[in-house]
Amino acid sequence: MDPEFFEMAALPLFDQLYNLAHWLTGDRSDAEDLVQETYAKALKGFESFEEGTNLRAWMYRILRNTFLTSRTGLSAQNTTQLDEDIEGGELVADCVTPEFVLLQMESTQAVMDALESLPLTYREIILLCEMEELSYREISQVLAVPMGTVMSRLSRARHLLRNELTAKAARRSNDAL
Amino acid sequence: MHCDARPANLGAYLDGELSLEQIAVVQKHLEDCPRCATEIAELVRLKQSLRPARGRFTPTAEFRRKVQSQVAVRKPRRWSLRLIPAIAAIAAMLFVAIAWIAYSRRTDDLAEIVDLHINALASTNLVDVVSTDRHTVKPWFTGKIPFTFDLPEFAGTGYTLLGGRLVYFHQRPGAQLIVALRQHKISVLIFQDSPDMTQAFAGPARVSRRNYFGIESWQSQELRFVVISDADPAAIETLSQSFQRANQ
Repeated sequence: MDPEFFEMAALPLFDQLYNLAHWLTGDRSDAEDLVQETYAKALKGFESFEEGTNLRAWMYRILRNTFLTSRTGLSAQNTTQLDEDIEGGELVADCVTPEFVLLQMESTQAVMDALESLPLTYREIILLCEMEELSYREISQVLAVPMGTVMSRLSRARHLLRNELTAKAARRSNDAL
Repeated sequence: MHCDARPANLGAYLDGELSLEQIAVVQKHLEDCPRCATEIAELVRLKQSLRPARGRFTPTAEFRRKVQSQVAVRKPRRWSLRLIPAIAAIAAMLFVAIAWIAYSRRTDDLAEIVDLHINALASTNLVDVVSTDRHTVKPWFTGKIPFTFDLPEFAGTGYTLLGGRLVYFHQRPGAQLIVALRQHKISVLIFQDSPDMTQAFAGPARVSRRNYFGIESWQSQELRFVVISDADPAAIETLSQSFQRANQ
């Protein structure tokens, strides 16, 4: 495929890619480096991209793999390695979330903070599903994992996110006392 | 009923990832299980609360330009390449336009010549100077046209000189001689040659037909001769040759 097509197809993804990069790196200049490198790699490897397949998933995959091999990516991976081991265990919907957590969800800042504090593995799958609205199939392409793993990991990510919000809300109510 | 619904299924249900059969199962279960109904309500709220993550970080305009130029790095060269078809198209249009203008001018000029011939035939006075004698007709034009020409000898050729008249073509005066051959009238038009005249009558000097009139034209000693008639091409050719010989 020619570079002109690449320009036409890949540039519209710029804002989304930058947003995702910023979420992953947590830093503006790291995010810019990551996006720039992603485009450079995509441009170089564009001939290997098969027309008709999902360009968005392909670009996200390049971005994610580039991030994982970066300095911030490597350190983020080390902190989440432990959680992967317990991924297989199914979580049963436990107690009904207290009302104050529900209120916490109303606060955008609280939810964004909770998402930021999630380990990389869970943060990225939440971002791909909720923010980028990728299908499970696309997510499995980006992360190079089976569909079943996408489903269980996403479930766990949501559970952790709610736990984080609960803890946050508990901390706040304790502070208030 | 014991609740064994897996939260992953509820999530997949919300994400639109379940098959129609699976959806039916989950919906049935949600009717019977208040716990899962509450759970799914919370998941919906969580999903909604995550929406602001979408446009949370926006790139700077400067960085946007940087990436755009990075991606469009091969553009300048490609621009000129892209222009080639456009230039070719414009050139082709110009060529067609010029050819059309030239053709239509030529057509107009030929039509004007035909008109001069028809005008003369339709006129109540066919000629301004009535004479079968070439030595009378030729001096008549002196002072009326800015050039001189020679007439061939018509005696014994079957052609009869009827006379001549003053005509204008492209605002320039010229001589029109009327020659008869049996019932046919033949016009011999003589003008000073000019580039636009050459343009109008370009092409080999042979009889071409236009509106049933045969036309022959040639250039000799800076004069442009046009012979036009409804006589047959051979008759036009013969008369043309006698004029060509007289004016060599």
